[in-house]
Order: sequence, then C-alpha cells, then structure tokens
Amino acid sequence: MIDQNEYDKQFYQNIKRRLITNKLIQIGVFCSVIIALIPLCSIVFEVFKNGINAISIDFLLDVPGSIGSGQGGIGPAIQGTILLICLTSLIGIPLGLSSGLFLYEFHDNKIAKMIRFFNDVFMEFPTIILGIFAFLVIVLTLGYFTILAGSFALSLIMFPIIARTTEESLKMVPVTYKEAGIALGLQKWVISVRIIMSAAKKGIVNGILLSVARIGGETAPLIMTILGSSQFFHGIDSPVDSLTLRIWRLSLLPYDDAQTSGWGSALVLIFIIIMISIGIRYLFDNNIRKSIKT
Amino acid sequence: MDKYKLIAENITVSYNNIISVKNITMKFKANTVTSLIGPSGCGKTSFLRCLNRMHDMNKNVKVMGKVVIDNTDLYLDNMNPIYHRRKVGMVFQKPNPFPTMSIYDNVTAGLRLNGIKNKKILDGSVENSLKLAYLWDEVKSDLKKPAIELSGGQQQRLCIARALAINPEILLMDEPSSALDPISTQKIEETIMNLKNELTIIIVTHNMQQAIRISDYTAFMYLGKLIEFGETKKLFTAPTDPLTAKYVKGFFG
Repeated sequence: MIDQNEYDKQFYQNIKRRLITNKLIQIGVFCSVIIALIPLCSIVFEVFKNGINAISIDFLLDVPGSIGSGQGGIGPAIQGTILLICLTSLIGIPLGLSSGLFLYEFHDNKIAKMIRFFNDVFMEFPTIILGIFAFLVIVLTLGYFTILAGSFALSLIMFPIIARTTEESLKMVPVTYKEAGIALGLQKWVISVRIIMSAAKKGIVNGILLSVARIGGETAPLIMTILGSSQFFHGIDSPVDSLTLRIWRLSLLPYDDAQTSGWGSALVLIFIIIMISIGIRYLFDNNIRKSIKT
Repeated sequence: MDKYKLIAENITVSYNNIISVKNITMKFKANTVTSLIGPSGCGKTSFLRCLNRMHDMNKNVKVMGKVVIDNTDLYLDNMNPIYHRRKVGMVFQKPNPFPTMSIYDNVTAGLRLNGIKNKKILDGSVENSLKLAYLWDEVKSDLKKPAIELSGGQQQRLCIARALAINPEILLMDEPSSALDPISTQKIEETIMNLKNELTIIIVTHNMQQAIRISDYTAFMYLGKLIEFGETKKLFTAPTDPLTAKYVKGFFG
C-alpha cells in the first residue's frame, strides 16, 4: 500500500513547482506569439504606409506610363495576376486533389511511396528552376512567352502543396466513416469523394488557400515564362504582366514615383490574396455562412 | 436449406497470419435474432465483419470459407460485394453518422449516393427508417439539423435508420449499445425486437443480460472457436459445454 501521508507530501511538494511551470509556459507561448506577430504587422504596416498614396482609380486601371513620369498604373499587372491565379488553379487544384486522394487510397503502394517522395522534393524545389523548366518545355517549343508557361510553372508549385495537405487531411478522417460507407454498399470512389473528402473539407480548403497565396507571391518562375508587359492581356501568344514582376521591376528603378508605385502594387497584391482567402473560406465554410445569415 | 437466410461455412480469419477466427460454421434462420457472446478478443467482431466482407478494406486480413446468402457465396472471386452489402446492413460499436450531413442526408445516404434521386422515395424512406429506429418523433421537426448535434443514443439510432434505409434483409450489429446509457440501450433493444419481423439480426454483445432479453439464438465463442450455439434459453440455463457454463455464470471473461 502507498503511504497516504507520504503521497500527499510528495504531491503538494510538486504541485507548486508544476503550477509555476505551467504559468511560465503560458507566458512563454504568449510572448512567442507577440514576437512572431511583430514582423508580420510591421510588414503590413510598412506596405500600407508607403503604398496607400499610390492607390487611385487610375492607378488600378491604367497601363503603366513612361518611366519616371509618375503617371500610369498597374492595370495589366492586376489582370495578369488574377488570370494567372485562375489558370493555375484550374490546372493545379484538380491535379493536387486527385494526387492527394491517390496517395491516401494507396498509401502503402510502392508507386504511391515514390510519388510521395518526389512530391516532397518538389515542394522544396527552387522555383526559378521550375521557371526555367517551363521556359524550355513550353516557351521554346511554342516560340513565344505565354501565360500558359507561367501557369504551368506555378501549377508545379501548387499541386504538391495541395496533394500533401489533402492527403494529410484525409488521413485525419476516422476510418469509421469509411466503414459506414462500405457497409451501405457504396462504391469506393463515392465513399472517397462524397464522404471522406467532404469530412476533410476544411483541411483541404486550407491547403488550397495556402497554395494560392504561395503562387500569388511567386516571382522567379514568371521571369522566363510570362516575361512581363505593359499592355493588357491580348492573347496567349504574347507576354503578360503580374504584380510580383511589376513590384520587382519598379523596385529596381531609382525614381521615387516608381518606388511608390511598387509599394502600391504590393498593397494591391496583399489585398487580392486576402480577398481570395476570405472568399474561398466563405464559400466552403458553412459555419461562417450561417453566422452571417443570422 | 431454404429456411436459413445466411450460412457461414468454415470461416477462418487471420490478421498478419495470426488466426483469430477458427473454422466457424453457423446457420442463421430468417427473422431471428442471434447474439454472439464471448470474452474480449475472442473473434466475435472479426467473424461478424466476414458476413458482409468488411475485411476487404484491410489487406492484412485473410478470410477463408463461404458466406452464403440466398444461395450465393459472397466470397466467390467474381462476386462484387456491393450487391450483397445492400442486403446486409451494419451498425457499428460507436455511432458514426456522416459528420458533414444533416439527419435527412444521413438516412438517405445509402440511396442518394447510389443514384436514387426521386424525392418521394427518399422522403418515404426517411420517415419509414426513422420510425423503425424509434427516432422519428424526436427529430421529425428538424430533419435538416446536422447529425452530429444529436446525442450519442440518438446518433446510434440514426445509424440504425441509415442501415435500414437501404432495405436490408440482414442486419449486423457490433455492440451497438456499448457506448450508450441504459435508456438509450433500452430503446435500441426495443428497436431490435420490432425489427425482427422484417429481417434477420446478428448482434455482437458483451452484455449477457442483453443477449437473454433480445435474442432467439446465442453463440458462445472463445479464443476464435465456436464453443456452443443454440437457443438462448437453453444456452443460458442448460449449456452442454462446461466452458459455456462457466462463462454464463460469470466465472471468467
């Protein structure tokens, strides 16, 4: 038998130390959050402070003016970025979702293991190399810079992220739902898509958002694929502009106006990505929709 | 031959080459309730899951033997288990309603996801199945509510309704009331007693009182073997095997 007094003594001796440790860890975690938020907030603040002056209707809709004139806008860049995100999502999301589902369904299959390995390597691949790859495969073959090459390069960045997050979120779904589906005599793909994927929706949507934000902010793979342009989109056989390319080009210029335009472009880019994020969440999260309705 | 709804012949199940069910043969009559009892790990659930080929989803499990439903063997090579699973409903140990679906959608899942879209059929099936599962009165006013907002007992009855909606002829239940309070358990037992008129029920239970209350036949399993199988009354009052006698008197298990 345990000596009750001895047990109590030990327990109360320790409890003070444990309570203090608990408090310290709480404080530590809180401080870490603050520290992590400082750079994030200062970036957003800095972009806002420097960029807000550039924002005007003309700035958002016009083509760029002559360098240093302080005129013109970033219309083509905004259009290009939105087109790129849409086109890339069109390729990347179905590809990512289906490979995620494949990895989940055949998780211990040899091919799946190989795919998972390359997927992980791909996720950390230097993006400039993906750009060069797209340049070699598409631009040189077709003979012109095109939004297709840009979307191709970006979808190579997008789909491994979606595939991995999809697989991970599918794995979180308890096997009991799958069993229930099997017992109802449902076919395998119906169970996977209508039950498991639907149960893992939140994680999958998060993965998609992550990848959209990631490709929205990419510059390197676009340099050799869409090249940049000061005109609105006028066909797949000509260069297009994107916000990231515009920011990069503007930031290299020594003129104050160009710098301000650069900050303005950065602000617009952040705004677009936040809006996409909110929009997709609104579409997929029933809880948010319900709370807005009521 | 005809009066048996389901015949399991020489069923042997092994997980990673470790045998958990040894050569069991059982015949189940139509419109009866059969309980499978025995200590934990004796292979009751493993055996039950053979009866609609649930083991297919796990590659480490090997099943040998025959399961004959209406004169066709479920384990024939060219047999797609989907056809049989529509005749065999299953209710699991823990309530597992589909989390993203409403009550209505859960009950109709088996029909909708198999391509039935006729609203009249679906509506009728929802009311009928929920009434059979004794849940209708509690949820009829709010069928659009998410299924996970129901209580545990209600969720389990919802799962029974979901299994019934595909109009099965056989219902397999794997300790359906083990996670429930006495009142929910009682309601589920009532449900089972009523369902007997419509279908054949095979239920795994740890609760011997429950087996006595609800079942016509009882099978006692021990270490993967079928020790005794017979009428419930006889098995509990005058068992032929000394091991059964020990178990039902509570000496081990």
